Amino acid sequence: MLEVHGLSKIFGGLRAVDGASLAVAQGSIAGLIGPNGAGKTTLFAALTGFLVPDAGSVRFRGEDITARPPHHICQHGMVRTFQVTQPFAHLSVRENIMVGAYLHTPDRALASARAEAIARQVGMAELLERTASGLTVAGRKRLELARALATQPKLLLLDEVMAGLNPSEIDELIPVIRGIRSSGVTVFLIEHVMQAVMSLAENVFVLSYGKIIAQGAPRQLAADPVVIEAYLGRGAAQRLAGGAHA
Amino acid sequence: MNWKIPAGLLAVALAYPFIFRSNFAINFGVLVLFFALIGQAWNIAGGFGGQLSFGHAVFFGTGAYCSTVLQLKLGWNPWPGLVASAGAGALVGALIAALSFRFGLKGSYFALITLAFAEAFRILANAVEFTGGGLGLLIPLKRSAVNFQFAERIGFYYTILALTVLSIGIAIWLKCSRFGARLAAIRENEDAARALGIDSYREKVKVMALSGALCALGGTFYAQYYLYIDPTLAFGVDKSVEMLLVSMIGGTGTVYGPLIGSLLLALVGEGTRAVTDAQGLSLIIYGGLLILIIGFLPNGLVDLFKLRWRRKARA
Repeated sequence: MLEVHGLSKIFGGLRAVDGASLAVAQGSIAGLIGPNGAGKTTLFAALTGFLVPDAGSVRFRGEDITARPPHHICQHGMVRTFQVTQPFAHLSVRENIMVGAYLHTPDRALASARAEAIARQVGMAELLERTASGLTVAGRKRLELARALATQPKLLLLDEVMAGLNPSEIDELIPVIRGIRSSGVTVFLIEHVMQAVMSLAENVFVLSYGKIIAQGAPRQLAADPVVIEAYLGRGAAQRLAGGAHA
Repeated sequence: MNWKIPAGLLAVALAYPFIFRSNFAINFGVLVLFFALIGQAWNIAGGFGGQLSFGHAVFFGTGAYCSTVLQLKLGWNPWPGLVASAGAGALVGALIAALSFRFGLKGSYFALITLAFAEAFRILANAVEFTGGGLGLLIPLKRSAVNFQFAERIGFYYTILALTVLSIGIAIWLKCSRFGARLAAIRENEDAARALGIDSYREKVKVMALSGALCALGGTFYAQYYLYIDPTLAFGVDKSVEMLLVSMIGGTGTVYGPLIGSLLLALVGEGTRAVTDAQGLSLIIYGGLLILIIGFLPNGLVDLFKLRWRRKARA
């Protein structure tokens, strides 16, 4: 579904993304993890046209979409959410979601009906007439998700939708994301909340200093010394292993 | 959509010249509607689209000069001239927008570039010959409706009413259409709008063209009403400021804001003139009103009505 080859994004002297390659299979939930500043959000931005990559290619649904503008990529079926939520603050939740729904229909009544259906799907049906600026953090995260879903994507890129939520809110959101996948939408998520990554993702990529350093099933990665060292520093894996023996 | 308000307003506006028959009253009505029209033109780009222009006079002047030059130099009738003006306004709007937005100008930078365009047009109109230079253009008096020079002021009144109704109709359409929703999204958060598949560049060019066309209609009307234009009247900063003033005082991004703002400004203007001859007093009062409104009703006078409704709804 999504194939990325040797993608690089350079800011001055910083290789924020450095030759990253990965592939996301249709119908799966894939994860992207890595320490702070590893380049995860930059990678998402380069995939969705918000940043023009300096090298590499992005293929999506069999088409080369490298460096296409964001609206093209969204129309082609790949949509992102933002880590720092970007609601249309003065519009109601319904109007926010309708903006997404308008991508495929010019009809107001139809867009409004879709917005309602999607609000129900992500569990914010009772908030439809609220102004977006009055939502809680959890509400805003759901709104990001809802708006993106309203564009009827084939691939949904979620940038830390769980961040800032309390454990019970996370527990509520996990089945929502599972539901999205079972409705036929492939999901690719950046996540720091391991509880979510572990229970959702089938295949996880680990990004560190702009490079993909490991990939595989989440349980297997949790034990991978390369991954542990990326998070905790050189030698940490050994020390942990040593500690366990002692 | 609640149709009672526009229907009621329209009925009042249609009946107005039969209730207040004096030339003064009709002239007052014409001015209110005229400023409501160009205020709405500004509001469509600045309020609905969030593209704050400080040089909307460029469209106004384009309209005024387009129909007048066509009339004087090529012998066009001003009615088709009115249509040509709208086209010219749309073209200039699209052009300025394409240039500015291609290079990502936003906010105050966009305001400055529009101001620069208006000034450039003013200087050009002063310099070239077919615009009559600094002397301006005088439209010869030939009173007839066919000629867009009504013998009775009431003819002008209904013409500007039709144009203003058109502009308010467009504002209502923006409130409940996909285009309007996309504009609101761009105004609120352009990155989020782009992520949701909106071609923000195209939508912004479209709204500037629409706003430019409406504003140019006001320009042609102005030229036909006063039968005289010069570069400062047409492209001067005054017009740009008046447009955004009526819109801001009434309420930007609202359907009736420009009409309310225009009515208030006209009342203040005529009121001070009735009381005293002091020059510029009305400007001081405008300034004071603007400060009060920005301080207490940052969303414009429209908020007063909204508060009323809410109180009624609660009661």
